[in-house]
Amino acid sequence: MECVFGLVGDGFALVAADSSAVNSILVHKSNEDKIMILDSHKLLGASGEAGDRVQFTEYIQKNVHLYEFRNGIPLSTAAAANFTRGELAQALRKSPYSVNILLAGYDKDIGPSLYYIDYIATLHKVDKGAFGYGSFFSLSMMDRHYHSGMSLKEAVDLVDKCIVEIRTRLVVSPPNFVIKIVDKDGAREYAWRETIKDAEVPTA
Amino acid sequence: MARYDRAITVFSPDGHLFQVEYALEAVRKGNAAVGVRGTDVIVLGVEKKSTPKLQDSRSVRKIVSLDTHIALACAGLKADARVLINRARIECQSHRLTVEDPVTVEYITRYIAGLQQKYTQSGGVRPFGLSALIIGFDPYSGAPALYQTDPSGTFSAWKANATGRNSNSMREFLEKNYKETSGQETVKLAIRALLEVVESGGKNIEIAVMTKEQGLRQLEESEIDAIVAEIEAEKAAAEAAKKAPSKDS
Repeated sequence: MECVFGLVGDGFALVAADSSAVNSILVHKSNEDKIMILDSHKLLGASGEAGDRVQFTEYIQKNVHLYEFRNGIPLSTAAAANFTRGELAQALRKSPYSVNILLAGYDKDIGPSLYYIDYIATLHKVDKGAFGYGSFFSLSMMDRHYHSGMSLKEAVDLVDKCIVEIRTRLVVSPPNFVIKIVDKDGAREYAWRETIKDAEVPTA
Repeated sequence: MARYDRAITVFSPDGHLFQVEYALEAVRKGNAAVGVRGTDVIVLGVEKKSTPKLQDSRSVRKIVSLDTHIALACAGLKADARVLINRARIECQSHRLTVEDPVTVEYITRYIAGLQQKYTQSGGVRPFGLSALIIGFDPYSGAPALYQTDPSGTFSAWKANATGRNSNSMREFLEKNYKETSGQETVKLAIRALLEVVESGGKNIEIAVMTKEQGLRQLEESEIDAIVAEIEAEKAAAEAAKKAPSKDS
């Protein structure tokens, strides 16, 4: 029941993801961060097999960093997306990764962009995208309310609308979501939307 | 003697590895490089031989980052350096991937030295012709560190060291003048050591400063010129003070 979705606004891109780590009927934790900060201006929201997700996204992150050290400049978002897709494609007919990815980035010359990369190495450059059962609801919501060049407030309102839909309509909906943003000032966490807070560890 | 410097690195009857020693000769012919460890910064300086007029000097970076907290400068064969630097960069990321922690300066130095040693004990290859000065901050203790490797594959930690052309003079200068410094004083010490063997001027020196917060920063030519001017002024003042008659009885 993992949900990841994202959209491109005016000079920024947002990615939202649920934060539950589940194994069959057990919820391990409700504050798992599934949106990796790839480098200063890129976000990688991933959903899928937990082991594959962490393994694959960390591998991509380290290779993106290596490129930056070798060449003195960071990868563009398009290059990072194509590299990621290539790695998924290479592994596909050997030992595929079960990971769906939304890669959001900001490039100085072209602005924000969002890439949809699914587990069989499909790559699309999109304005809005979503994965998982939640996509049935969030895509419909975005189809209705999205327009290009949305302001940050409008975009966050839309994300909240999607989260409300997922919470009301998905049978085992995840309780908490994390929203991250990437714009000219970089990639960072924007907000959490929590309904369940993990209990604080009591201090002595 | 001529029989014992074959392509394969084998011992000579009197216990020398001539290929390694010849590699050290190559290092001695390379451009001067100096490293100085301060309390809160570490400085690397490299001699810049005059750039040909038509060359784009930005493409000849002699002080490179291996990771956000590790940097390297070297003396010797630059093409060999490229290979080692590439392997070291991969190892830095690979270490982060497998153990989720950044490398320590000692670890990456040991890795580079290990690579250099491997090439002194393999068939059909020659040793790397370079000595590397590796600097960085320990990611856990925050302590600054300076290490040096050489073509034989040995490495050790230093408070300050020099390699390449005229390294003996620079090392002598450092031994005489080293003291625990911080910030700009450390930069000045490194530049003063380099100026012992290099023509003065920002055009002939490349300096990079590593701090814990901001990582590696390459100094602009104008900044280096300003510090060189300061150093020259200090030298002139010291000369004048020596020459002025002492007023004390």
